[in-house]
Amino acid sequence: MNDRKTLTFALMDPPYESARTTTAFRLLHAAIAQGHDVNVFAYEGAVALPFARQAPHANATHGRSAEEERHPVPREWVDALAAMAREKGTAFDWVNCGLCVDERGVGEAVACARRGSPADFWKMAEASHNTLVIGTR
Amino acid sequence: METLQVISGAYRATYEEQDDTILWLTQAMVAAGARMAVLLRCNAVNYAVRAQQAPALAIGTWQQAHPPAIAADLARIVASGVPVHVVREDAEARGLRAGDLAEGVHLVRQGEVADLVARHGRVWMW
Repeated sequence: MNDRKTLTFALMDPPYESARTTTAFRLLHAAIAQGHDVNVFAYEGAVALPFARQAPHANATHGRSAEEERHPVPREWVDALAAMAREKGTAFDWVNCGLCVDERGVGEAVACARRGSPADFWKMAEASHNTLVIGTR
Repeated sequence: METLQVISGAYRATYEEQDDTILWLTQAMVAAGARMAVLLRCNAVNYAVRAQQAPALAIGTWQQAHPPAIAADLARIVASGVPVHVVREDAEARGLRAGDLAEGVHLVRQGEVADLVARHGRVWMW
């Protein structure tokens, strides 16, 4: 029996605003770690997650330099998931809603993220064993 | 004029930020000379729990170096002289007792919150 599944996730929250973002990335990590193929449709604020110009910063309140702080930037999380999928030999497809990208001016995304549309989300869901929507609240 | 920071929603992006954004903002403003106080209510009362610990996060091939340390952040705020108030009923509703909370925080009854608000020139509800 082949337990490998194709799973689609829709994310909606922007970076640095909600614990749902971390939870979503943990779910993506777990799915890839178990050998499943993963699609992500980033909608509305979530299209900023793979924005290439995110920059980590020092934090004087924490008393750490930028190098010591290693502040999380979600674009690195997206890249790290793609790297993990390559290592595991699974598929990882991140699609940003193009209109949402244009609204926010975040068109410069990391290489593993591509521009798409709600039609891509529909196609991914149709081709998946299951779809999980994590909407903004 | 002292500002009361009212924090009602907790753990919103603490892993991404490596802290709570309003506790961080409070520390940064105090460092700049501001006089601040903090009121923790609703699920934010959990920020006062001394034994909490966040494990380092791993996403794909990425490993977090410094996860949030909320208890240490709150202890630092208390040590800096910022009054930190916790709504007793909200803590009790979550099974938290006084002994679970950080040293130096003040438990206030829900009925005392209005007076606490009235004693501050500015009240910021987050």
